[in-house]
Amino acid sequence: MNFEFSEEQLMIQQAARDYAQRELIKDVIERDTHAIYPTEHVKALSELGFMGMLVDPKYDGGGMDTVSYVLAMEEISKVDSSVSVIMSVNNSLVCYGIEKFGTEEQKEKFLKPLARGEKIGAFLLSEPEAGSDATSQRTTAEDKGDYYLLNGTKNWITNGNTAGTYLVIAQTHPEKGHKGINVLIVDRHSPGISVGPHEDKMGMRSSDTHSVMFNDVKVPKENRIGEDGFGFKFAMKTLEGGRIGIAAQALGIASGAFERAVKYSKERKAFGTEIANHQSVAFKLADMAVKIENARNLCLKAAWLKDQGKPYGYASAMAKYYAAEIAMEVTTEAVQIHGGYGYVKEYHVERLMREAKLTQIYEGTSEIQQIVISRQVLSEF
Amino acid sequence: MNILVCISNVPDTTTRIKYSADMKAVDYSGVQWIINPWDELALTRAIELKEANPALVQKITVITAGGADAEPTLRKALACGADDAIRVDAAGGDSLFTATQLAHAVKGEPFDVILCGIESSDYNGSAVGGMLAELLDYNSVSAVSSLNLEGNSVKVTREIDGGKQSIETAAPVVLIVQKGIAINPRIPSMRGIMTARTKSLKVVAAAAASPGSKVVGYQAPPQKSACKMIDPENMDELVHLLHTEARVI
Repeated sequence: MNFEFSEEQLMIQQAARDYAQRELIKDVIERDTHAIYPTEHVKALSELGFMGMLVDPKYDGGGMDTVSYVLAMEEISKVDSSVSVIMSVNNSLVCYGIEKFGTEEQKEKFLKPLARGEKIGAFLLSEPEAGSDATSQRTTAEDKGDYYLLNGTKNWITNGNTAGTYLVIAQTHPEKGHKGINVLIVDRHSPGISVGPHEDKMGMRSSDTHSVMFNDVKVPKENRIGEDGFGFKFAMKTLEGGRIGIAAQALGIASGAFERAVKYSKERKAFGTEIANHQSVAFKLADMAVKIENARNLCLKAAWLKDQGKPYGYASAMAKYYAAEIAMEVTTEAVQIHGGYGYVKEYHVERLMREAKLTQIYEGTSEIQQIVISRQVLSEF
Repeated sequence: MNILVCISNVPDTTTRIKYSADMKAVDYSGVQWIINPWDELALTRAIELKEANPALVQKITVITAGGADAEPTLRKALACGADDAIRVDAAGGDSLFTATQLAHAVKGEPFDVILCGIESSDYNGSAVGGMLAELLDYNSVSAVSSLNLEGNSVKVTREIDGGKQSIETAAPVVLIVQKGIAINPRIPSMRGIMTARTKSLKVVAAAAASPGSKVVGYQAPPQKSACKMIDPENMDELVHLLHTEARVI
C-alpha cells in the first residue's frame, strides 16, 4: 500500500492551490455577494487545462488521473465552490459521459471543444418533479425518424445559461419506464430552447443555475449517446463518477474552513491566551482534522478505484455522503470558532458553510447516497 | 537567442524554519521545496519573451546546483515552459561554490542571456549572479526590473534611487532580476505538466571547488514582543511609548 502522491500529482495540486490562493481569492466575496459568474476564472482555468483535465490528450484533454482531479478539486473548493462546480460538471459529467459512451464522431465534434474549455457543458437530468427519482422523467424526446423532438423543462441546471453543450436526459418510450429514457447531446443555441432566470441561491451564488425549457427542439439522431433506451443507465454511470468530484468539493470546503479556523485560533486571544490554547477550541480542531482526513481518504480511494478500472460506485457514494456531511459539520464549527467574525463575510467561513449545505443536496442527496450504500451492504452481508 | 534561467531550490516561503539542536545546521525535515520566487519571475519573463517571439528566443534552459532532491523543482520549471534542464550534482556550499558550479556547467555553452534572481529567499546571499558573470567574463546588469529583446540587443530597465534607468547591452549577458520583471509567476498547465515528462534533464558532475566561507552557527530571531494596546483617547501615552520604548520617534 502506498499513500505517497506522484510528483505530477503534487504539481497539479500546487498549480490548483496557486491559482486559487492567488487569483480566485481576490474577488470571491464580491462574486458571491452579487452572484457574478466567474467568466475570467473559467477562461483562465480552461487555458491551464483544468476544465478537461480527465480527458484523453487525443481529445485535447489533460490526460490526468482521478486522484489528481480530487487534489485539484479540493484546492479550488477551499476558496470557491462556484468555480469548482463548473469544473466538476464539465469534467466528470459532461466530458466523461461523452468520452466513455460517445461515438468517435461525437468526441471529435463535441468533446474536443469541451475539453479545451472553449465550450462549457451542462448535464440536464433534474426536473421540477424528478430530482432524486430520476426514473420519472417528464421531458420527452419523441422519435421522428431522423431526429428527436424535445419537449419539457429541466431544473437546477448548473451552467444552464453559459453552457454551449447540453447533455439532456429525456423519455422516448414512456411505456418502457426507465428503459425508454435517452440521452441527447444538444446545442444550447438550438431553436426552441429558453432559459429561466438565474436562481438566487443560498450558496455557490456565482455559479450559473437555471431552469431550461425545451419547446419542439429538433435534435439530430446522431446526437443520441449509446443505444436507444441507454439514457437512464448513462445517467447513473456518469453520476457515479460525478460523485467523486462533489465529494472532493465538499472535502475542499471543509479543509478550507478548517485551515482558516486553525489560523484564527492561533491569532485570536481570549482570557489572556490564544484561543487555540483553550481545550474547547483545540478539541474542536482535533475532531475537524479527523473528519477531514477520513473524507480525504474516502475520496482518494474512490478516485484510485476508478483509475484502476475497478468498480467504484459504492466507494464514490460513501465519499460523497461522508464528505458532504462533515463539510456541514466542519464549516459550522469553523464559524463557531470565529465567533462573531465567523458570521460576517470578510472571514469567508460563513460562505463556506453556505456552500457546504449544497453538497448534501445536489448530484444525489445524502439520503440517496445512503440508499446506494445500504443496498450494497445488504446485498453483500 | 538562448536563455538560461538559474534556479534556486528553496523552502516554501511559509515554512517555519527549524534548526538542529546544536544550532549548527538548518533542519530541512518536512520542508516543501519551491522555485525561488525571484527565479520564478525570471523564468516567467523568459517564457513570455519566447511566446511573444519564438523566432527570436529559440530555447529556454533552467539550471540548478543541487542534489537529486532538487529535480522536482526543475521539472516544475519544465512544466511551466522551459525546454530543458541541467542539474549540477553539487549540493550545499556558499554563493561562490554555487556560482563556480554553474559557471563550470555553462562555460562554452551557447547561452545569450542568463537570468538570475536578485537573491534566494532562504539565504538572501544576493551574490551568485554577479559572481557567475565574473567567472564567465560576461557583462552583467543588476536590479533589472524589465527586460526586452530586439535582435541581438538586450534592453533592460533598472530601479535606481529616485527613478529608473534604461540600459541597452549586447549578449552574452548575465541579468540579475528583481520584482517587476514579470507580474504573476507562471502556473504550469496540464499540458505543460504532461510534456515535462519528455523533456531533457541533464545531470552534470560537480566541479572541484571549495566554498569560500564556512558557516559557524545560526541564531533564531528573537520572539516578537507582545502587542500593546493603547486607548485611542490616550494619544499622549502612545507618543510617550513610541519615544521611550519603541524609540522610533
